Amino acid sequence: MTLDLSENLESKTRAEPRHVQLGLHDDQVLEMYWHMLLARRIDERMWILHRQHEVAFHVSGIGQEGCQVGAAYAVKRGHDFILPYYRDLCLTLTLGLTPRAMMLALYGKAGDPMSGGRQMPAHYSARQLNIVSVSSPVATQIPQASGIGFAIQYEKTDQVVVTCFGEGSTAEGDFHEGLNWAGIFGLPVIFLCQNNQYAISVPIEREMPVKNVADRAYAYGMPGVIFDGNDFLESYGAMKLAVARARQGKGPSLLEAKTYRPVPHSSDDDDRTYRSRQEVEFWKKRDPILLARNYCYSNNILDEDKNQEFEERAREIVDDANEFARAAPYPPAQEALNGVWGPLPEIERAG
Amino acid sequence: MSEINNIDALTLTLAQEMRRDPRIFLAGEDVGRRGGVFRATKGLVQEFGENRVVDSPLAELSLVAVGIGAALYGLRPIVEIQFADFIAPAFNQIVQEAARFRYRTNGDWICPLLIRTPYGGGIGGGLYHSQSIEATYAHIPGLYVVAPATPYDIVGMLRYALRVNDPVLFLEHKKTYRLIKGEVPDSDYMIPFCKADIKRKGSDITVIAYGLMLHETLQAAQQLIHEDIDIEVVDPRTLHPLDRDTILSSVKKTGKALIVHEDNLTLGLGAEISALIASEAFEYLDAPVMRLTGPDVPAMPYARTMQDYFMPNVEKITTAIRKLAAY
Ligand SMILES: Cc1ncc(C[n+]2csc(CCOP(=O)(O)OP(=O)(O)O)c2C)c(N)n1
Ligand SMILES: [Mg+2]
Repeated sequence: MTLDLSENLESKTRAEPRHVQLGLHDDQVLEMYWHMLLARRIDERMWILHRQHEVAFHVSGIGQEGCQVGAAYAVKRGHDFILPYYRDLCLTLTLGLTPRAMMLALYGKAGDPMSGGRQMPAHYSARQLNIVSVSSPVATQIPQASGIGFAIQYEKTDQVVVTCFGEGSTAEGDFHEGLNWAGIFGLPVIFLCQNNQYAISVPIEREMPVKNVADRAYAYGMPGVIFDGNDFLESYGAMKLAVARARQGKGPSLLEAKTYRPVPHSSDDDDRTYRSRQEVEFWKKRDPILLARNYCYSNNILDEDKNQEFEERAREIVDDANEFARAAPYPPAQEALNGVWGPLPEIERAG
Repeated sequence: MSEINNIDALTLTLAQEMRRDPRIFLAGEDVGRRGGVFRATKGLVQEFGENRVVDSPLAELSLVAVGIGAALYGLRPIVEIQFADFIAPAFNQIVQEAARFRYRTNGDWICPLLIRTPYGGGIGGGLYHSQSIEATYAHIPGLYVVAPATPYDIVGMLRYALRVNDPVLFLEHKKTYRLIKGEVPDSDYMIPFCKADIKRKGSDITVIAYGLMLHETLQAAQQLIHEDIDIEVVDPRTLHPLDRDTILSSVKKTGKALIVHEDNLTLGLGAEISALIASEAFEYLDAPVMRLTGPDVPAMPYARTMQDYFMPNVEKITTAIRKLAAY
């Protein structure tokens, strides 16, 4: 079973620009670019704050903004469910998490709306946006996504679920079991693998015996789709089809965005120990933001002035978020004891 | 008022609760047409259909994870792990996920998932169909562990569990399923969590026991009357978090405490209860706190001789109590 991506591009030679063929207006494309850019600038500032010893940890989404913005635009914000992973800064930002919230989480400040300073940064969560709390053990969200898909099928709504994970995490049993459930019950779940070709230091050949994560889709009775995750429009197109399929009750899909992580795994990693600089440089030329900017330029959606304006706006937003979070108070120490249990239900007549 | 056994108490209450709340569904291996290997879900698929009584694939990790997802969405899932011995693949999902959602989101996401599972031995189940798993899970903040042992308690606590907004591990001693019968009123009563029950009032020694061991202890109590030893039997019912007050006030009254469980000795519930008594009721004690438990071997052997050796029983309990009485 395959999803036919050519449905998106009826004819590659057609004169219409790709985004028009995908049903996107110029404004939307510009917005997508803006979200990618803002995500990148937030992320870069977080690296700097870590290097300045202002914060204890940072894990980055740099290089993966293309597939993430594509995914965000393919779902209905606050209606569909998202189970992201720790690289989904751009995805969750586009879906409504604020830069201030992200910075509060980075510093572990009291106002951190994702966990109240309990979790490490990048453990995105927002119930009002249907963004499910990211965990640290990898892949646990995959079968949970099937559970949410099961609930959607149970309640007969038109919602869909998107869950993201790295390709290395597909070696976990959670991946197999989650897709197995979704396949058996035909659940409205999109499994979006962001294949950045490494699990920390381990290259893809040592992660799986097949070439593509998507090759495994056959075993779960769902389509497997491979696309260029650094191309935001191709990513959007693939996601759009998979979302439509899920919404129509036609079941789950396994999507594989081929991408790259041009930065170390996290602030604790030194990627020079396991890959060449030439390789990293090669991929930097395929940077999703660079590609998106060029696309916008050549289709007269963006010009250099407008881009400069975006850069300035992004800088202001990042400065504001950082200053806000720096000035915010830490949680009171005793707060560590709160939030383990909810209140027990009252009963009138105890047994 | 009618007399039923533990398994009927489960089945009747599951059906009643599913009629009350359409968000409740049940998933597990063989829970549908087969009605569960112990028949706890007998007849439910006929009444509620395959959407609400779901035969799951043979995969405990995802069974729990799917329950978690459905609970996050706002449903009231009940998942049955066919035998407690096979819950281990789901450990990560239970401990790191279900029990942690509330805390790790500061109350934003909650996970009202009910996990039912038969545990315990004495039925020839050998190493992998007899295990007691309570201590492992009673160590986990954010996860209720309950082990009601009578029809009355099962009905009341199952109703309550389906109104609690945190994950619950609901342990059912499989040997008591058909062995234990009792009166259950027709009313919609509930039994709250974290409330122990004095199953027998007495003055000389406090015995704390749950599950099958509760019933062995109650029998022992009958025998000991003839020896003029009057024991008080405390059934914690909720194993985590414990009802400390009821345990402590009983021990303060009697001055002596014995804890009986089938689970291994080391770091079992008895260890926690002993420490509690030692630190909070030390001045009231007339004897060291005593534990009677399964030995520290991996699990219960199959051969009848070894199984019987493993299990605490009426005879071993009476012997232990005599010793404590004489101290
Ligand atoms: C269960 C588990 N094992 C190990 C780790 C440590 N760890 C964190 S991320 C990671 C690599 C994940 O690689 P991949 O899934 O490809 O995602 P990527 O980081 O490349 O986006 C490892 C080993 C973990 N978080 N969870
Ligand atoms: Mg990777």
